[in-house]
Amino acid sequence: MAMVREITFAQAINEALDYEMSKDEKVIIMGEDVGRYGGIFGATAGLYEKYGPERVRDTPISEAGFIGAAIGAAATGLLRPVVELMFIDFLGVTFDQIFNQAAKMRYMFGGKAKIPMVLRTTCGAGFAAAAQHSQSLHALFIHVPGLKVIMPSTPYDAKGLLIASIEDDDPVVFIEHKGLYGIKGPVPEEPYSIPLGEADIKKEGKDVTIVATAAMVHKALEAAKKLKEEGISVEVVDPRTLVPLDVDTIVNSIKKTGRLVVVDEGYPRCSFATDIAAIAASKAFEYLKAPVKLVTPPATPIPFSPALEKEWIPSAEKIEKAVKEIL
Amino acid sequence: MPVEEIPKETLLWMYETMVRIRLHEERVAELFAQGKVPGFVHLYSGEEAIAAGVMAHLRKDDFITSTHRGHGHYIAKGGDIKASMAELFGKKTGSCKGKGGSMHIADLDVGELGANGIVGGGIPHAVGAALGIKLNGLESVAVAFFGDGAANQGTFHESLNLASIWKLPVVFVCENNQYQISLPAKEHTNVKDIAERAKAYGIPGVAVDGQDVLAVYEVAKEAIERARRGEGPTLIEVKTYRFRGHFEGDPQVYRSKEEIKWWKENKDPIKIFEKILLEKGIFTKEELEKVWEKARKEIEGAVKFAEESPWPTKEDLTEDVFSTPTKGVLVWQW
Ligand SMILES: Cc1ncc(C[n+]2csc(CCOP(=O)(O)OP(=O)(O)O)c2C)c(N)n1
Ligand SMILES: [Mg+2]
Repeated sequence: MAMVREITFAQAINEALDYEMSKDEKVIIMGEDVGRYGGIFGATAGLYEKYGPERVRDTPISEAGFIGAAIGAAATGLLRPVVELMFIDFLGVTFDQIFNQAAKMRYMFGGKAKIPMVLRTTCGAGFAAAAQHSQSLHALFIHVPGLKVIMPSTPYDAKGLLIASIEDDDPVVFIEHKGLYGIKGPVPEEPYSIPLGEADIKKEGKDVTIVATAAMVHKALEAAKKLKEEGISVEVVDPRTLVPLDVDTIVNSIKKTGRLVVVDEGYPRCSFATDIAAIAASKAFEYLKAPVKLVTPPATPIPFSPALEKEWIPSAEKIEKAVKEIL
Repeated sequence: MPVEEIPKETLLWMYETMVRIRLHEERVAELFAQGKVPGFVHLYSGEEAIAAGVMAHLRKDDFITSTHRGHGHYIAKGGDIKASMAELFGKKTGSCKGKGGSMHIADLDVGELGANGIVGGGIPHAVGAALGIKLNGLESVAVAFFGDGAANQGTFHESLNLASIWKLPVVFVCENNQYQISLPAKEHTNVKDIAERAKAYGIPGVAVDGQDVLAVYEVAKEAIERARRGEGPTLIEVKTYRFRGHFEGDPQVYRSKEEIKWWKENKDPIKIFEKILLEKGIFTKEELEKVWEKARKEIEGAVKFAEESPWPTKEDLTEDVFSTPTKGVLVWQW
């Protein structure tokens, strides 16, 4: 078999956007610095040059305006906008458009509307970017019915899931962890689509299930590697899509191992982690041999100082410790 | 405004302030390159005349709100450079105990209500400060600083409207450095002068050359005095240029080296001011050189303080989330 070439997570996103734009004239990109600059993290590099300023639109700092416009354009069926919110933290200035407008239109209109838009945004701490540029707010989107929420952890998943998201007829929030843009992995050159709602078992194991998302998948794998040296076999499940959620894969893994650790970079309460713990409690209770362990940051804003930030972010060591506590 | 009409000590203060800001910013750039100052760092070099010209009229009991590009505002409002330098390093002795960093520099003791990581996030806070001033019968004013990019955020428009209907003692200072990161102002705004937007809210709007501290001083004087007299808000647009990248590490693909060079050579606010001060014989070359010397010493002292300061510890992480202790667990940890 020929070796699949390796590209970065950012390049994988770029390829998915490029493919969709070349295939469908209705796909346009809007956002701050997505054009000439190629996106603050480089994800839209070269697209402005290739598709021009009409289809790759640099916007003013008016997030409620341009994200609302993307929703309106999608509702008409005239466009399939991919709109970039530079940091997930800026959600605050545009949340009405997302949770009262995009998420509810189809239902309120009795199933008559389709909202084929993708909101791409970035999350994640670890860069001393402080309290307003480091958050992982996926739980807010999961909470509101009507939004699909995607959070890939590898370049391969990023490309396939973004293609599927752009081709999907519902509003999709596509969350890219800033710490992943530079990681490399095998990605086929040809376009492919990964169905929304399918988890991926990133590593098989039999003693403990770890459910983790985005950058935390890599920390979980790091912990799993260390634990393997001590004879502990960890299964790492990456849901990849948080809505729709592949409950079966998660529950089946818990049934197999009897133990669950959830690792998440979101705030600890009313979170993705508590959600998975609740699913385990209600769907796999009789299989659990130990309490469910959650590894999350504390309920504080994200501190600037690297000395504090490293304590705030869940680490591989904390994951290892959690696993050992329930063995 | 003719330089002769401005008190000599005010002129000196403005010159000192601009020099302190410039040296501070250029030193922080070095520290960033050395990896000592982490995170996102947006520097104010080239825009110093705005902070100096406006703050020359403010007192300690006046309030300002700032932006991600906030070091200059902090320094001009009287913030302690030692504390802010330690903050930029992420040290425990920092003005925010290492929790805020460059984008959240704040000193509430001198009325500096904070830099802001959210573009347009601070503008309504100045309106609120002004409301508090009015309802408490105080003589203070509030000044909101923000960029050209922020003038397209809803908070800008909502704030101008609120301040105008309530006739609040607030001055809006739009620092138009002609770019919103990579996007030139003419591509994000359809009016020639952002100051024109004042018309929509029935308040005065003035555009002024931000490289000329005397011009900024004059326009700010009128607006701030007007606000103090209880006659309501003003929108000032200051045309300026940032000498460095949007943030440190910005490759600046969106503008030419020639353009940057032209501004640095012809429109450096410190050089322009210096020329006037010397030509009019207000200060001697030696007197001005002393200002630089003193500022350099002050900044090196701050760097030393920051370097020698301790890091915050794990215990500090969960402090400062709330001010009032209550029953029950407030700061949850699994
Ligand atoms: C709500 C929000 N949107 C986007 C950003 C990202 N961002 C940070 S600074 C900036 C440009 C600001 O331009 P301007 O207001 O002109 O200020 P300048 O940086 O030029 O001083 C942008 C888009 C942000 N911090 N907050
Ligand atoms: Mg600007």
